[in-house]
Amino acid sequence: MNQAAIHLSLVDYSILGLYIFFVIGIGFALKRHMKTSADFFLSGRSIPAWVTGLAFLSANLGALELVGMAASGAKYGIATCHFYWVGAIPAMIFLAVFMMPFYYGSKARSVPEYLKLRFDERARAFNSVSFAVMTIFASGISLNALAKLLNQLLGWDYNICLWVCSFIVLLYVLKGGLTSAIYTEVLQFFMIVLGFAPVVFLGLKDAGGWGVVKEKLAGVATHPATFNLVSDPAKTFAPDAWTSAWVPLLGGPSANPMGIDLFAMVFGLGFVLSFGYWCTNFLVVQRAMAAKDMTAARNTPLVAAVPKMFFPLLVILPGMIALALTATPGKGYRLPQSIITQAHLPAAIASIRQSVVTHADLASTSRSLSSASGASFNRAKIEELLRNPSTLSASDEALAIRIQDAVVNDYDGVILSLVKRYCPTGLLGLALTALLASFMSGMAGNVTAFNTVWTYDLYQAYIAPNKSDDHYYWMGRVVTIVGILLSIGAAYFASMWTNAMDIIQLVFAFVNAPLFATFLLGMFWSRTTGTGAFVGLISGTLASALFHACTISVGNLPGVKGGYLHNFWTLPSDMAQNFWLASFAFTVCFAVTVILSLATRRTKSDEELKGLVYSLTPRQIELQAWYARPEFIGIVLLVVCVILNFIFW
Amino acid sequence: MGLDIRFPIGMMFTLLGLILLGTGLFTDANAALRITPAININLIWGAVLFLFGALMWGSAVFGKNK
Repeated sequence: MNQAAIHLSLVDYSILGLYIFFVIGIGFALKRHMKTSADFFLSGRSIPAWVTGLAFLSANLGALELVGMAASGAKYGIATCHFYWVGAIPAMIFLAVFMMPFYYGSKARSVPEYLKLRFDERARAFNSVSFAVMTIFASGISLNALAKLLNQLLGWDYNICLWVCSFIVLLYVLKGGLTSAIYTEVLQFFMIVLGFAPVVFLGLKDAGGWGVVKEKLAGVATHPATFNLVSDPAKTFAPDAWTSAWVPLLGGPSANPMGIDLFAMVFGLGFVLSFGYWCTNFLVVQRAMAAKDMTAARNTPLVAAVPKMFFPLLVILPGMIALALTATPGKGYRLPQSIITQAHLPAAIASIRQSVVTHADLASTSRSLSSASGASFNRAKIEELLRNPSTLSASDEALAIRIQDAVVNDYDGVILSLVKRYCPTGLLGLALTALLASFMSGMAGNVTAFNTVWTYDLYQAYIAPNKSDDHYYWMGRVVTIVGILLSIGAAYFASMWTNAMDIIQLVFAFVNAPLFATFLLGMFWSRTTGTGAFVGLISGTLASALFHACTISVGNLPGVKGGYLHNFWTLPSDMAQNFWLASFAFTVCFAVTVILSLATRRTKSDEELKGLVYSLTPRQIELQAWYARPEFIGIVLLVVCVILNFIFW
Repeated sequence: MGLDIRFPIGMMFTLLGLILLGTGLFTDANAALRITPAININLIWGAVLFLFGALMWGSAVFGKNK
């Protein structure tokens, strides 16, 4: 996006200032309650469920999710909702009903510590090191993205954005520890919802309502190349490809814009990846562990599931609205693209004319055009220019418009293009504050999870055991500062070496993919041994690396995108490759863990595993009425989720 | 945990609501945008935020459970 920066007025700045004043104020108000390391890392286990529940949601809702979900909404349509209705919701309910009793009941202070209690030090060390490194890079990536965004949108200096935003997070986490992170996350949750809701409302009104959006998207689905959504000019989808969640999926990978099959979606995303994330990631589980009692801990993911179910309205719908507006002539809107500057246009025009004269092929034309203009192009539209003799006789102006029209969509710019279009002074400040809030909630979540895992699972476990509580409390505060500095380092790293960052994210995908198999077997099969779990995890991770090295998705070259050893299988899309990889890694980890557990001796007795494994834990006596039990609430939520799936079938 | 989070949330949104209401009442900020039909979104949304903030604040003052 090279459009002119937006100017904020005094009103917008005062909204932003008020928000910053309150988040820092919460940190300072909580400072006097911080006395021990348990207060700082675990909130003294004293927070009610509605607070931990909203924090659970907010910690996961980083700025990248807001930007990315709107992007996917435009790119893939309503099928993006599967990340919520097939992915997150069932996993969150499973966490509440089946897993939380063991996390909370075992008195473990972190997820890696649970692994130590259940298995041994090896699984804990592997999990805590990979988790610690991962959280730093995750917060670095989103920090870089935010600073870049503010720089492009408002013209603020990249470095100042980076340091000021981190400093605010540092200040309130340092003062109030996990409690302060959780409390501000609740405030941020409301800020995000109330800041973006009017944008969606205005967008829907402008587009003419849901009925019109559906109608326009049907037109888009039958001519996707016109809108640069696909690069094959002959490609068409059924009219409901963007507005039905399941029908296009049942038609196979070629019938839906995601290029995905039913098995990969339901097993890969719905089971392996979602359960792996929501049920084992300490970033979210930590929020539930801070709840005041077992009931509150189990209700935490259930409280979160209610708004989560309707989040597609807030984050995915805007992308669909943007696409519908693009398909409505007279609205003066199109999906954002990078703009070819006046300085580059003559070279681009000359390049395409040259290609027509020399009868160059499509690949070399695209290459030379890209190097002349600095943009990427939709090959369908370039081919049209190339094959049409009128390209030579057209005026420079007409050709410039057609070349610009062929530039690929910048989907990540969708949400901000809507904010720009609909927000007057005042509302603009609110929407930007919401963006900032979503970023800060994510970063604070990463930092608090990092300082706990570092202090309890690495520092206390391996470096300095048997120190006083004051010492660990001090270490927690020091490592909060270190964690933020490391995130800033990771952000600069991300801004300089995009490729290295892609590789790091890939490695973490490998580590995460098999994780749920280990927890599932650990919690529900008492025979699982420490050796089985550890070797299973390592094999699962190696299996995903191997899978990646031997498969590739259509349109990619061997390299970072996979297939560099040998190409055994060409998958229809990146997403399909990702989901199949997870399914494969899970299966390998599961099988290896089972086989090795049967072959090795158990090191923990039934008595030691009490409270850690389902079959060895006495059933908790339920004190609440049947309708207030997590099991019942979970079933109700699941039914609502199924109904949502049917409505948008 | 010493602090009822409904207080700061209530206060913040009440104030944000007032700012937006003021902007909606005293300026014609919408004129710069091409929104049809023209609605004074600052006024409407300011009222929504104010009500939400007041509700939160009120429930913290009158509610006993934290």
